[in-house]
Amino acid sequence: MSGINYIYPDFEVVRRDERCIRCRVCERQCANEVHRFDPERDMLISDESKCVNCQRCVSLCPTRALKIVRSDCRLRENANWDGDTIREIYKQAASGGVLLSSMGNPKPLPVYWDKLLINASQVTNPSIDPLREPMETRVFLGKKPEKLTRDENGKLRTDLTPQLELSLPVMFSAMSYGSISYNAHASLARAATELGTYYNTGEGGLHEDFYRYGPHTIVQVASGRFGVHEDFLEAGAAIEIKMGQGAKPGIGGHLPGAKVGPDVSRTRMIPEGSDAISPAPHHDIYSIEDLRQLVWSLKEATEHRKPVIVKVAAVHNIAAIASGIARSGADIIAIDGFRGGTGAAPTRIRDHVGIPIELALASVDQRLRDEGIRNNVSLVVGGSIRSSADVVKAVALGADACYIATAAVLALGCHLCRTCQTGKCNWGIATQQPELARRLNPDIGAERLTNLMTAWKREIMELMGGMGINSIEALRGNRLMLRGVGLNDAELRILGISHAGE
Amino acid sequence: MMKSIDASGMDFSELNRQLREAEGGAEISACLGQRFIGAGMGKRKIRIHGVPGNALGAYLNGAEIEVFGNAQDAVGDTMNAGTILIHGSIGDTAGYAMRGGRIYVRGNAGYRTGIHMKAYREHLPVIVIGGKAGSFLGEYQAGGVIVVLGLHTDGGPIVSNFPCTGMHGGKLFLRSRCEDVLFPKQVTARPASPEDMEELRGYLKEYCELLSMDLNAVLDAPFTLVTPDSANPYRQMYVAN
Repeated sequence: MSGINYIYPDFEVVRRDERCIRCRVCERQCANEVHRFDPERDMLISDESKCVNCQRCVSLCPTRALKIVRSDCRLRENANWDGDTIREIYKQAASGGVLLSSMGNPKPLPVYWDKLLINASQVTNPSIDPLREPMETRVFLGKKPEKLTRDENGKLRTDLTPQLELSLPVMFSAMSYGSISYNAHASLARAATELGTYYNTGEGGLHEDFYRYGPHTIVQVASGRFGVHEDFLEAGAAIEIKMGQGAKPGIGGHLPGAKVGPDVSRTRMIPEGSDAISPAPHHDIYSIEDLRQLVWSLKEATEHRKPVIVKVAAVHNIAAIASGIARSGADIIAIDGFRGGTGAAPTRIRDHVGIPIELALASVDQRLRDEGIRNNVSLVVGGSIRSSADVVKAVALGADACYIATAAVLALGCHLCRTCQTGKCNWGIATQQPELARRLNPDIGAERLTNLMTAWKREIMELMGGMGINSIEALRGNRLMLRGVGLNDAELRILGISHAGE
Repeated sequence: MMKSIDASGMDFSELNRQLREAEGGAEISACLGQRFIGAGMGKRKIRIHGVPGNALGAYLNGAEIEVFGNAQDAVGDTMNAGTILIHGSIGDTAGYAMRGGRIYVRGNAGYRTGIHMKAYREHLPVIVIGGKAGSFLGEYQAGGVIVVLGLHTDGGPIVSNFPCTGMHGGKLFLRSRCEDVLFPKQVTARPASPEDMEELRGYLKEYCELLSMDLNAVLDAPFTLVTPDSANPYRQMYVAN
């Protein structure tokens, strides 16, 4: 038997020595310790086996002496046994470990957003110019009354159940303090406040410094209940019960003890160095009735002043599941599709469990309409919303708003190297190491998030204007505004749209 | 001044509204299955005659609840501080993720008592069950102390199947030699030492006072102490991909 366990590095570090000025920025910036200065030879040398291609060194090299390229040293792959598949076998044969990955599903499965096309007005029903005319992108999330009612004096009743007001139909979705850094959370909290939308604590509790952003914070309650206490529940604008996550439906979370330092320990309210284990299920929830109990216990604890969100992963029977949630007393359902990101998930779960958010959304919206309970809840969808066009398509398919997280961390500097689980993020996002976390300046982070959302909002208005629609509410569930390309009959039926040209 | 609340026909929201106003405490009569009693409430006394419904004292934040009878499932869910004293028995998942405070039960407890119980700084939650506990006792226990006394079990086992599954913190005391109890691999069960018994005495003192029991008689029996072997039980399971 052979003990040889050599995996050729994925990337090559290309350094043009004539440009290198030996400033050693690359060496200082790389937490993976790829670069090293050799004083005897007066040059920088690389150990590319440690490189994750996060582009930090490339971005900061003052003379553009560096580039990282994919190695062309290939195994003898074929269409069935590609290089990744073979290497995964080697890794497991050597370690006996469960494969652990980060960020969303990378497999070439259909991205339905890219097979949907948006309508525009021509000749009749004129388009609207958002630069000249008022456009409404505000949405309110929460239960809506079935009809208008008046009191005994004929006055309109306006006593609604609690609502979240968003200036645009986008929120930052759950990322825990622990999975991302203090400065990343600070950036999200400030940007959400500035923009008039919300960010989400994830299952990590809320750092005491961020209580002041409470009016723009969604606090999360998950199976581990980390950091959940009365002040935390009171601090947020809404409470989200996490039942599932698109990147890892059906399994729990596990923050290794190594990432539970003094600060994370304080917000999660657990001892330093102890594993933070979120069990796969909520062990007190075995039915919609049980879910209802958790929803109402949270409402009672906060005197019915906050909407309750139930977040689930998009899985096969999602329409029936959503119908149950809509009857549980929840105000908002958040559905996370199978391309959603994560700080760490078992590779097999991430890549093989769950369904695309587009299909889940369309079937849930239709089911709730068919059952006459669509107004019981608002629908928020996530799981790789990449652009304003994806947002517009999601709203037209029936969403009230979208959740973004991968796009948000990209705005903060993430280069999608997909090694968050190591905790050595060179961009200061997915790390708890103070010297790395310091690299993310929350002033700049908040500004970049605000820029991104402002740009998306303009684009959303432009797309709406083109359709002759001046209010996002009039776009919701307006599937006539969408056509499919290259989709089969089943896909078109589930999406509830016609093929382009029809 | 204790306020008297007749809970007949009253729904849980109205009952909680009245409790929130009763800062001097309240005595509830004719309680019949109202859920979420005392949810999130801070310092005050709540005395309950009848049977409270599920999630009694959820997110409790300092209140003292006393039930002169049985309680149902999810007692003290995610409780932070306070005391819940039950003169009868309780249902499943008592003390789920509880972080602080005390749950004292004279009778028996259902499944999953103390699941994912935690501890944090000065917070050390304690659950004492006078009778027997159901399956999955102390599942995922991450901190705190669970004591099961096994009094009046009618000869049955002190705990049902699969105690301490996934336990990675805290302590479990069982008033038994536990010869017939099967524990998982990642925990150690051993006879309690004199020092352990001294520590246990501290946890049981208030319990015995509140329930008028003889502390020395309760302690005069062999106890088994169960602790986890590691705070990081899953460290070696994964390989980076």
